[in-house]
Amino acid sequence: MSQIFHPSTNTLSKVSIVSVVLLLGGLGYGLLALNRSPYVARTKIPFDQPVPFSHKHHVAGLGIDCRYCHTTVERTASAGMPTTETCMSCHSMIWTNAPMLEPVRQSWATGKSLEWTRVHDLPGFVYFNHSIHVNKGIGCASCHGRVDQMPLVHQENTLYMEWCLDCHRHPEKHIRPRDKVFEMAYQPPANQLELGAKLVKEYKVQKLTDCYTCHR
Amino acid sequence: MKRLPWLLLIGGSMLMMGCRQDMHDQPRFRLNAATDLFGDRRAARPLVQGTVARGMLKTDTALWSGKVGNKNVDQFPFPITREVIERGRDRYNIFCSPCHGLTGHGDGMIVSRGLKKPPSYHTDALREQSVGHIYNVITNGNGSMMSYASRIPMRDRWAITAYVRVLQQSQNVKVSELTAEERRKLEGAQ
Ligand code: HEC
Ligand code: HEC
Ligand code: HEC
Ligand code: HEC
Ligand code: HEC
Ligand code: HEC
Repeated sequence: MSQIFHPSTNTLSKVSIVSVVLLLGGLGYGLLALNRSPYVARTKIPFDQPVPFSHKHHVAGLGIDCRYCHTTVERTASAGMPTTETCMSCHSMIWTNAPMLEPVRQSWATGKSLEWTRVHDLPGFVYFNHSIHVNKGIGCASCHGRVDQMPLVHQENTLYMEWCLDCHRHPEKHIRPRDKVFEMAYQPPANQLELGAKLVKEYKVQKLTDCYTCHR
Repeated sequence: MKRLPWLLLIGGSMLMMGCRQDMHDQPRFRLNAATDLFGDRRAARPLVQGTVARGMLKTDTALWSGKVGNKNVDQFPFPITREVIERGRDRYNIFCSPCHGLTGHGDGMIVSRGLKKPPSYHTDALREQSVGHIYNVITNGNGSMMSYASRIPMRDRWAITAYVRVLQQSQNVKVSELTAEERRKLEGAQ
C-alpha cells in the first residue's frame, strides 16, 4: 500500500503544530492584554459630568486641599463627595453668573442633588476603605494618578484584584510619609525601598492578602 | 455516556461566567447613590426629626454652640494643648486659608481671583472678640461667609478657633516680650 501523504507534508504538519501552539498562546496573551486595556478597564476615559468641574483649575490652579471637598477621606470608607453647599461656599461670592455653574445654583435653589457620574466603581462584592489607606501613608496619587492635572477625572489604574494585591504584597514600594499623602507632585526618593521598609515598621503596616480583607 | 458528568460540569461552569455582571452590580444601594424610589432621588434617607445619635445630645451648650444662654463664651470649653493647636493649624490650612490666607490677613488665593476681601484677623475688633464668637462664625457662618459645620466636626472647630488665636498673637507681639535670642534673630532679619 502506497503512502497517503507525500513526505513533504511532514514539514507541513510540524509547522502547523507549532503555529497552533503559537496562535493559542498569542490569543491568550491578546485576551489578557485586552482585559487590561483602557477600553475594558475603563481607564483614561474622562466622563461627562453635569458641571464640567475641573480639578486642574481648583487643585493645581487655586491650591485647594482635597479635604475641602472630599471631607471624610481620612475618617470613613468613602472619600465623600462635595455637597452643593461646598461649591456655594465660594460660588455664592465668585463667578456667580457663570452659565457653566447654572446646575449648581439650580441645585442650591431647589434642594435637588447634583448627580455626578461615578468614575471609579468597584464591583459590589469588594470592600474598600479610604481611611485605612490614607492613615497608613498611601497617597491619593498612588491610586488616582495626578488628579490635579485632570480637567475631567478619569480612572488611572485598572482597580483589578491583581493591582490591589500588588501593593498589598509589597506596600514598601508605595508607602510615603503621612504628611505627604495629599501632595500630588510627591516623587518617591531614590531609596524608596529603604524608606518604605522603615515606614512599614513605623506605621505597623500589615501585608493583607487574605481573601476576607476585601471580600467580606 | 461516561463523559456526561464532565460535559455537564464544564458546560455548567461556562454558563456561570455569564453571571459576572449580576455579581458586580448587586441589588443594594451604595453611599450617595441615586434612585427613582423616592421623590428626591436619594437612596440615603433623611433622619427622622428628633433623632439623636449616641453621644450627640447637645446638652453642653458651651461645647456645642459656643454660647451660655445668649452670650458667647470667652473661655475654651476644654483644655487647649499643643496637639489641639497643631490639629487646628492643619484644619485651618485646609478650610480657611483659601480665603483668609495662611496668616489670616485676608489675602488667600481666592481673593486674588475676585473674592471680596474677608476682614483681617489682626484688627483690635477681632482680637477682642470672644472665642465663642469665632467658633460661631465657623459653625453658623457670618454675613456672606457660609457655615462650615457640616464639614468640620465640633472639636476641630474649636481647634481652628484656638489656632486663629495663635495667629492673632503671632502678628501682635511687642518687641519687649521677645526673648533675647528671638530679638537677635529679628534684628538679623532686618
Ligand atoms: C473644589 C472641590 C474639590 C476639590 C478641592 C477636590 N475635588 Fe475631587 N471631586 C470634586 C467633584 C465635584 C467631583 C465629581 C466630578 C468628577 O468626577 O469630575 C470629584 C471627583 C473626584 C474623583 C472621582 C470620583 C469618582 O467618581 O470616582 C477623584 C478620584 C477625586 N475627585 C480626587 C480628588 C483629589 C485626589 C483631590 C485633591 C488633590 C481632589 N479630588 C480635590 C470636587 C473636588
Ligand atoms: C475655595 C473656593 C472654590 C470652591 C469651594 C469651588 N470653586 Fe469653582 N471656582 C473657584 C474659582 C476662584 C474659580 C475661577 C477660576 C479662575 O479664576 O481661575 C472657579 C471656577 C469654576 C468653574 C468655571 C471655570 C473652569 O473652567 O473650571 C466651574 C465650572 C466651577 N468652578 C465649578 C465648581 C464646582 C462644581 C464646585 C463644587 C464642587 C466648585 N467649583 C467649588 C473657586 C471655588
Ligand atoms: C489604595 C488606593 C486609593 C487611595 C490611596 C485613594 N483612593 Fe480614592 N478611591 C479608590 C477606589 C478603589 C475607589 C472606588 C471605590 C468604590 O468604587 O467603592 C475610590 C473612590 C474615590 C472617590 C469617589 C467616592 C468614593 O469614595 O467612592 C473619591 C472622591 C476619591 N476616591 C478620592 C480620593 C482622595 C481625595 C484620596 C487621597 C486622600 C484617595 N481617594 C485615595 C482608591 C484609592
Ligand atoms: C498603593 C498601595 C495599595 C493599593 C493599590 C491598595 N491597597 Fe489596600 N491597603 C494598603 C495598605 C498599606 C493597607 C494597610 C494595611 C494595614 O492595616 O496595616 C491596606 C489595607 C486595606 C484594607 C483593610 C481595611 C480594614 O479595615 O481592615 C482593605 C479592605 C483594602 N486595603 C482594600 C483594598 C482594595 C479593594 C484595593 C484595590 C481596589 C486596595 N486595597 C489597593 C495599600 C494598598
Ligand atoms: C486587596 C483586596 C483583595 C484581596 C485580598 C482579594 N481580592 Fe478578589 N477581588 C478584588 C477586587 C478589587 C476584585 C474586582 C476586580 C474587577 O473589577 O474585576 C476582585 C475580584 C475577585 C473575583 C471575581 C473575579 C471576576 O472576574 O469577577 C474572585 C473570584 C476573587 N476576587 C477571589 C478572591 C480570592 C479567592 C481571594 C483570596 C485568595 C481574593 N479574591 C482576595 C480584591 C481583592
Ligand atoms: C470662601 C471664602 C471663605 C472661607 C473658606 C472662610 N471664610 Fe471666613 N470670611 C469670609 C468672608 C467673605 C468674610 C466676611 C463676611 C462678611 O462680613 O460678610 C469672613 C469673615 C470671617 C470672620 C470675621 C467675622 C466677624 O466677626 O466679622 C472670621 C473670624 C472668619 N471669617 C473665620 C473663618 C474661619 C475660622 C474659616 C475656616 C473654617 C473661614 N473663615 C473660612 C470668607 C471665607
